[in-house]
Amino acid sequence: MAAGTAYEPVIGLEIHVELSTKSKMFCGCEARFGGIPNTRTCPVCSAQPGALPVINREAIRHIARIALALDCRIAPGSIFHRKNYFYPDLPKGYQISQYDMPFAVEGHLDVTMDGEQHRVGIERVHQEEDTGKNIHAGESGRIAGAIYSLIDFNRCGIPLVEIVTKPDIHSPQVARSFLNKLKNTLQYLDVSDCNMEEGSLRCDANVSVRPAGSDLLGVKTELKNMNSFKHLEKGLAKEIERQIGLLEAGRPVVQQTVHYEVASGEVHPMRSKEYAHDYRYFPEPDLSPLEISQDFVDDVRTGMPELPSVRAARYVTELNLPEYDAEVLTSNRDTSDFFDETLNYFDDQKMLSNWVMGDLGAYLNASGKKLSIETVSPGQADQLCWLSPAGFGEFLAMIKDGEIAAASGKAVLPEMCETGKTAREIVEEKGLAQISDTARIEALIDRVIEANPEQREQYKSGKKQVLGYFVGQVMKESGGRANPRTVNEILREKL
Amino acid sequence: MSLTHDDVIYVARLARLKFDSRELDRYVEQLSGILDHIDKISELDLSEIEPTSHVLKLSNVFRDDEVRPCLSQDEVLANAPEVEEGAFKVPPILEAEEPEA
Repeated sequence: MAAGTAYEPVIGLEIHVELSTKSKMFCGCEARFGGIPNTRTCPVCSAQPGALPVINREAIRHIARIALALDCRIAPGSIFHRKNYFYPDLPKGYQISQYDMPFAVEGHLDVTMDGEQHRVGIERVHQEEDTGKNIHAGESGRIAGAIYSLIDFNRCGIPLVEIVTKPDIHSPQVARSFLNKLKNTLQYLDVSDCNMEEGSLRCDANVSVRPAGSDLLGVKTELKNMNSFKHLEKGLAKEIERQIGLLEAGRPVVQQTVHYEVASGEVHPMRSKEYAHDYRYFPEPDLSPLEISQDFVDDVRTGMPELPSVRAARYVTELNLPEYDAEVLTSNRDTSDFFDETLNYFDDQKMLSNWVMGDLGAYLNASGKKLSIETVSPGQADQLCWLSPAGFGEFLAMIKDGEIAAASGKAVLPEMCETGKTAREIVEEKGLAQISDTARIEALIDRVIEANPEQREQYKSGKKQVLGYFVGQVMKESGGRANPRTVNEILREKL
Repeated sequence: MSLTHDDVIYVARLARLKFDSRELDRYVEQLSGILDHIDKISELDLSEIEPTSHVLKLSNVFRDDEVRPCLSQDEVLANAPEVEEGAFKVPPILEAEEPEA
């Protein structure tokens, strides 16, 4: 291919999400992250001879929710298969998964980027089980070059749902945006905590490039190990660049696995084994087929939480919020729940929205903490923000009623979040109560006018915008505590 | 004979099995016999028959999402050839699969 050809990337994602059931997929072991190694196993998930798996009903409800949220068609009948391969983290020598009769097919999820809507097709959604965890001993801590590995089976058998998109994605940015939207949706559904660092949400990508405008698909590689949104975007960009580089040098892209190196941000193709991908799938004889009735689907649908897109529409139609606000507020379930709950204590929804998106959002970004509508206990304080919906409502009401100036509020809010003190306590401690007392404000204004004779002349000669300068000076003199409306009124009279 | 020696060697390798040539001959014959029988079934008109994935007429056998007691770490590690830090210790996983450079 000649240099200068424009290329278009073609990306499909494979997302694995660990379900937040109490117990594992096929046995009663606790399904939770971490723990002392090999303390959450039983004869089933450690593959003792004769042990038999039984399907966790709640996992099937969870995957049904996912399928419905992605507008998929749930198969009336589906079965489990054994995917056979040898790997130390897989004690049975096969993974129970689904093959040609997956739980659900043919869905989609729309993402909006820069005002443009992208529909990403969902090829399939299927149920399987997670594997154990390997810790590789060796200098690199990676599988390549390890001198031995340690295996912990606590994770083995945790319900895992695989979501496969169609190759509908054409930029790393849209891929990232899609994953973000999917994560948000899964969190609304309450089916997973989607913690990428702990591996409960993982994403691999199939990547190829082709001359722009072509309908053909190029040779694809499978890009692995991108454990954050940033790395997904970066890894994809790197791999696309690598493939274009090969084609421009007249070399072929080889179908292989490519490993993304988090530390360096580089991509490394892996030499693939001759026999790597022959999984000899066959129906799992130890599990009965799934027959999903319309009644079951209807029941799951009835119990579905409000999805972000529905909630955003409600914010626009019922709360008269701008679409932008609705989008931002619903882009995170914790924040959106907190917003909804605070409305019970404070009824100016636009002012509430401004503070949530503005100062509160800034605090959350900077601290990395999350909001909770439940009472926060001291043990959670490094992850959760102390602010309660009732406390936040009271704080906003104090601003609205002129008890504190908005400018002072900017200092009060972070302290409420950090310490759990009420707005009233902080205002008292710091002497931040707003000055609405006319006599005190008049005195301040007199001082400011006297100190700025030149500006006063300008104002008198008709340069009315100088008023803003005076307001600023008075506010500064008052330490931000003067009531701006009173200041404005009195200044106009005095000038 | 529907299977070749190479087919059986390939499948054996996937299953991490090694045979001597006498065993190999035997398995080629036995496995071919099974496949030949399936070819025989294929001669019938089965277009109206639903594929059978399971022999029992059962579906939706579920359990409730309840946590049950686990094996202790000592119990699950009891038969492990090697143990380190409460984990199963295994030889290096990758041999042929390494980064190109």
